[in-house]
Amino acid sequence: MTPPPERAAPGPLDHALRARVAVPLLALLVLLPVIAEALDEGFYVGVASRMLIFALASTSLNLILGFGGMVSFGHAAFVGMGAYTVGILMRDGVASAWIAWPAAAAVGGLFAFVTGLVSLRTRGVYFIMITLAFAQMLFYLMSSLEAYGGDDGLSLAARSSLGPGLDLADDTRFYYVVLAIGVVIFIGIARLLNARFGHVLQAIRENETRMAALGFAVYRCKLAAFTLAGAIAGLAGALLANQTGFVSPAMMQWSQSGILLVMVILGGVGHLYGGLAGAAAFLLIEEAALSYTIHWQFILGAVLLAVVLLAPNGLMSLARRTARGAKGAP
Amino acid sequence: MHASLRLMTAAAALACLAGTAQAADKIKVGLLTTLSGPGSALGVDIRDGFELAVKHSGGQLGGLPAEVIVADDQMSPDAAKQTADRLLKREKVDFMTGIVFSNIMLAVGQPVFQSKTFYISANAGPSQYAGAQCNPYFFSASYQNDTIDEAAGKVVQARGFKKVALLAPNYPAGRDHLAGFKRFYEGEVVMEDYTQLNQLDYGAELSKLRASGADAVFVFLPGGLGVNFIKQFVGAGLNQEMKLFAPGFSADEDVIRAVGEPMLGIFNTSQWAHDMNNAANKRFVTDFEKEYGRLPTMYASQGYDAARLIDGAVRKAGGKVEDKAALRAALEAAPFESVRGAFKFDVNHYPVQSYYLREVVKDVKGRITNKLVGPVLENHADAYAGECKMPS
Amino acid sequence: MNGILVLEQLLNSLQFGLMLFLLAAGLTLVFGIMDMINLAHGSLYMIGAYLVATIAGASGSFWIGLAGGVAATALAGVLLECTVVRRLYRRDHLSQVLGTFAILLMANEGVRMIWGSQPIPMAMPAELSGPVELLPGFTYPAYRLFIIGAGLAVALLLYVLVTRTRMGMQVRAGASNREMAQAMGADVRRLFTALFAAGAGLCAVAGGLLGPLLAVQVGMGESILILAFVVIVIGGIGSIRGALLGALLVGLVDTAGRTVVPILFGMLMGPSAAATAGPAVASILIYVLMAAVLFWKPQGLFPVHG
Repeated sequence: MTPPPERAAPGPLDHALRARVAVPLLALLVLLPVIAEALDEGFYVGVASRMLIFALASTSLNLILGFGGMVSFGHAAFVGMGAYTVGILMRDGVASAWIAWPAAAAVGGLFAFVTGLVSLRTRGVYFIMITLAFAQMLFYLMSSLEAYGGDDGLSLAARSSLGPGLDLADDTRFYYVVLAIGVVIFIGIARLLNARFGHVLQAIRENETRMAALGFAVYRCKLAAFTLAGAIAGLAGALLANQTGFVSPAMMQWSQSGILLVMVILGGVGHLYGGLAGAAAFLLIEEAALSYTIHWQFILGAVLLAVVLLAPNGLMSLARRTARGAKGAP
Repeated sequence: MHASLRLMTAAAALACLAGTAQAADKIKVGLLTTLSGPGSALGVDIRDGFELAVKHSGGQLGGLPAEVIVADDQMSPDAAKQTADRLLKREKVDFMTGIVFSNIMLAVGQPVFQSKTFYISANAGPSQYAGAQCNPYFFSASYQNDTIDEAAGKVVQARGFKKVALLAPNYPAGRDHLAGFKRFYEGEVVMEDYTQLNQLDYGAELSKLRASGADAVFVFLPGGLGVNFIKQFVGAGLNQEMKLFAPGFSADEDVIRAVGEPMLGIFNTSQWAHDMNNAANKRFVTDFEKEYGRLPTMYASQGYDAARLIDGAVRKAGGKVEDKAALRAALEAAPFESVRGAFKFDVNHYPVQSYYLREVVKDVKGRITNKLVGPVLENHADAYAGECKMPS
Repeated sequence: MNGILVLEQLLNSLQFGLMLFLLAAGLTLVFGIMDMINLAHGSLYMIGAYLVATIAGASGSFWIGLAGGVAATALAGVLLECTVVRRLYRRDHLSQVLGTFAILLMANEGVRMIWGSQPIPMAMPAELSGPVELLPGFTYPAYRLFIIGAGLAVALLLYVLVTRTRMGMQVRAGASNREMAQAMGADVRRLFTALFAAGAGLCAVAGGLLGPLLAVQVGMGESILILAFVVIVIGGIGSIRGALLGALLVGLVDTAGRTVVPILFGMLMGPSAAATAGPAVASILIYVLMAAVLFWKPQGLFPVHG
């Protein structure tokens, strides 16, 4: 009996965290509020929180899109349902993050599971349209529920609290909580991708028929990934609700799903840092252009167009190209 | 990763350049209003009225140089909230104003009040802030949503219409407006429909109107919504079958300009008309027409008054905007000459004022415009003031 | 619910459906033949409406505006195709999503830069602005009747073009098997450009016709774009017949939903709740319709790819 193939050298299905990149990045993120305060631009800590939250949502989408090959045009719905969970609980008196945030993740995962059950039976453009359809249904559903604010949404009376005296009203404290959660989940996803489940998922992306022929439970694997992505998206939604202090059906409309897709594609589909890079780049360009001109969307569009024409596989592929070039490797 | 790092440094540098040093002797006003979409004419008018008032004070408010930061809320509570955040936290404005629609007001209100910034409403007047949820930081230089329609209800009742159809968009102000109408109208309501806030095609509603057998219809459809409705209403021939009543905003200059002749004869109610006879109003209307080439709507008059209120209050507080208690007392005293005549606040910071009937006619210059007919309700307070327990 | 109400609703749904068809026809051809997801299709509708409104306003005639605007938009389509869109054909769908989304953003902002943020007014032609008596006691706006007529005329024109002309034959061949069509000598590049321009022209017709009824404003293409995608999925990607049937179905469900459902809900709950639930349920119904069609016919009603 041959010994099981254990931790061999990293193969094409593995995605290293790359300490050379990860550590300086983490250091920068940790020091960011300090820098911001020093420059008397405390407002940007809130902007950075928003960036991290979208990076989390994009990474969860990348999990199923980039690594699972599932093009979901309804991902913003899971983010929105997570946000609504927090909003509704807050309105009904439950302010504890320890209850509300896991609940949001559970709700996101649940909706992903249910819609995935049906959607994953389809392929190609029909999968895209079905995921879009479900997201639109959720959007219209929440718009119609007067009890939950309907079209006008719900305001959150305050941010979730981590315990007596540990409320998150302070932007900096909230930022560190978001950062901590983001880092933990990111490392978790990296570990997942490098484990058997991740390898199977990526192999399914490459050739679904062959994997089915080899006896893998393709449908179950995809559903599991879809549900997990939905749960993470729900958590991102909870954080987003806290950051803006407001939830509305607009968070779930198809253009928001489109923006999440754009972030992932921009950053690099199938790259570990793709979601992060895409969300950061998108929101940074938006923020920078906003301070310049009210026509910032034009600049954003132009940059996106340039990226799609010049960097076919997203920003991360550009980064890898320059890194490889610097090393002089083929 | 290097690309990302470079971007972030660039952004930080940009932020440095963009952020101005905090000048203590300046009044910063955040004017957040609707500048795009079907409601944009209203926001544009509020902005123009406000800026004219600042011009009349020589670019100052209360004797201090004024900086008015104009932003578009895109008629979306989401976008409005984010922009309000930016105005409050980054620009650190002293006052906020400008919001047209009540649903956006309700989304933005909380952070504004929590940051102890005074909000002077140049239009939105939700009932929520008039009653139990009244807030010391909220002041209305316009009206409470229901009142204009209460006046309309009184008029329709007085003119003997027995069956009325009602139409409004489905958001807090829409419901407030129809509730206000019903408070003073005692006849039969044969149809009560709520439309989407962004709806532009009223085919379905017009069919139902025809089928309802009403002899009068009262619609609350501000700005572009009203334009479309009236055009389609007349296009379907319904103006031969029933009389159209509206609150002032559905029959003001912006709508008249877009619809034209079919507007003649429409009755509407408002707390202001451009042919009102007082010194402040004459100056306002003449200069507005000279500056912008069009007659002002009631939104413009409210924007103008909001700026004058800020001007008078800051002057009365001696320019010390940091002293919130003093500024609040100054605002409550309403030390300014309003274009609508006498102006005073009720305990809930909404005005106690008179409401008038206007009719769309051809004036002596052949222009289609509103003519002041007469008062309907005098020294009228809103219906919610009694529920307000304003903290001192 | 009386007969006149039903008749009026049927006509309204026909009007809406036909305009939706104009958009869906262009979209289905681009998707079906060029295998390209075009999120900027709604932007062409918006640009078309703006150009028609501007030319109509400048010339004082709705008809000149319509003709000029459609031609100008088709030209804009050609320009767009030659410069940017052409490079996206060979790319995967995701890159097309990103690229056309970028164009959407730039188009929205570009229009805002040229025409401003406020909606621009567009007047109905005076001769069509009154009501027409179709049956004793039942009048219907003349302009809406005109739209129905124009929509039907365009549909007929498309039918003739696609089934009776050489180019139409090439289009149909390309829809079912692109490589084969190329091998048989169709000049694919010019065909694609012509197709894209035709799609843009159709969008402009819809935008120009709907302009006097709705508002010509930035972002007007977004909401109708999603419906167009639903229509082509229901109808079968690449099939114009499918686009027509799908559009009429969606128009019917949407209009019926907006009238019948609120009445039903109004009887059960109050008017305000009915008003929010009504349109929401109507919108959900459209997606339920799509899911149902896909369940029964997974490739749409008229699948083209053999």
